[in-house]
Amino acid sequence: MHDTLKVIVGLALFFALVTLPFWLGAVRSAPAPAPDLTAKDTQCVEPVAYMRANHMKLLDQWRNSVVRDGDRVYVNSAGKSFQKSLTKTCLNCHAQKEKFCDQCHQSVAVEPYCFSCHLAPGQSLVLTSGSRLTVADFSTPMDGRQ
Amino acid sequence: MNKSRRNFLVQLGSAALFGAGTAAGIHSLTATSAFGATPTGSPGIPKGTRWGMFVDMARCEAGCSDCITACHTKHNVPDFGNPKDEIKWIWKDSYAKVFPTGSQQFLAQQLADKPVLSLCNHCANPPCVKVCPTQATFKRADGIVEMDFHRCIGCRFCMAACPYGSRSFNWRNPREFLKQVDAEYPTREIGVVEKCNFCSERIGTGRQPACVETCKTQALVFGNLYDKNSEIREKLRTRVTFQRKPELGTEPSVFYAFEAGHV
Repeated sequence: MHDTLKVIVGLALFFALVTLPFWLGAVRSAPAPAPDLTAKDTQCVEPVAYMRANHMKLLDQWRNSVVRDGDRVYVNSAGKSFQKSLTKTCLNCHAQKEKFCDQCHQSVAVEPYCFSCHLAPGQSLVLTSGSRLTVADFSTPMDGRQ
Repeated sequence: MNKSRRNFLVQLGSAALFGAGTAAGIHSLTATSAFGATPTGSPGIPKGTRWGMFVDMARCEAGCSDCITACHTKHNVPDFGNPKDEIKWIWKDSYAKVFPTGSQQFLAQQLADKPVLSLCNHCANPPCVKVCPTQATFKRADGIVEMDFHRCIGCRFCMAACPYGSRSFNWRNPREFLKQVDAEYPTREIGVVEKCNFCSERIGTGRQPACVETCKTQALVFGNLYDKNSEIREKLRTRVTFQRKPELGTEPSVFYAFEAGHV
């Protein structure tokens, strides 16, 4: 029983290895997300702080009320009406999802599946034939938007 | 056992309370059931409406597929190039396939020769809604049997339940098999069932379904079956019409006429 030194060194080595990612992270932190905040309209449907924390809940309410209740108009806290539409209302201002949505989602490693069905204008779909389809801009005006 | 009047009254009272409580419990369960017989209205969906379609096969042209093209383009319906995996919202099939329980012996030439237009019947009593475990398929207050693609888990119970073959399953990623893409309507994902939605996204903004709008012979009439003065009710009053497999009690909202009208 004279292996105390070996045990201590081994433990220290083990501890250092296990915590290595933290030490590396302390030295160089991941780049902060930089969403593009230059929007056409200066005011979002709700205040920025609320949207930052609750946009996913709002979008969930929107999709349920549109699909299940056919209720397509959202009246915000200031009494202004908007069409409940991810692509026609949200993307109308935050035009490029790569520069807005994806920035934070990638940073916090969440993968919402909105765009596996919904189409963003300018988005490119890769076909089995190898060719590409580009999603055009919306042809109809934002009818619910006032 | 000697029963006193007091004990008898106590037992009678508790039995009555228990019975009333159970009845109320059962009633509240059925009232909030997914298959509730009386769907409630909501801001975007009016009550007292049941959307239906009248298909005039005397006017429908045999070689024409304008309505199919219009529907499938507007809704980004993929073409997998394989009849086994075909996605169909509206399509044409033989009379024998569309009306398999109709009279088939010594069939009139006009019925034997001409493919019949087929789509989701938006049944008043839809079996697909009853079997859906996630309520992804549900009946709206205006009679449209709608799909919430967000909730579909791809179990395909609805495909087994539908007596009309109106539902298709995406065995592959539909996005890779589009000929063109319409940004107005989303695509689907792999593993999701889809079907005709009576253009709920269009009638919600006051337009007619794409197939009805496109038909150049006015063979399709869309309207409110509960409105006695609607054009569709006028057609149903003046023409001899048929629903598909009426013996099943699904009460389809799509009506077919085969003989030319005299009006």
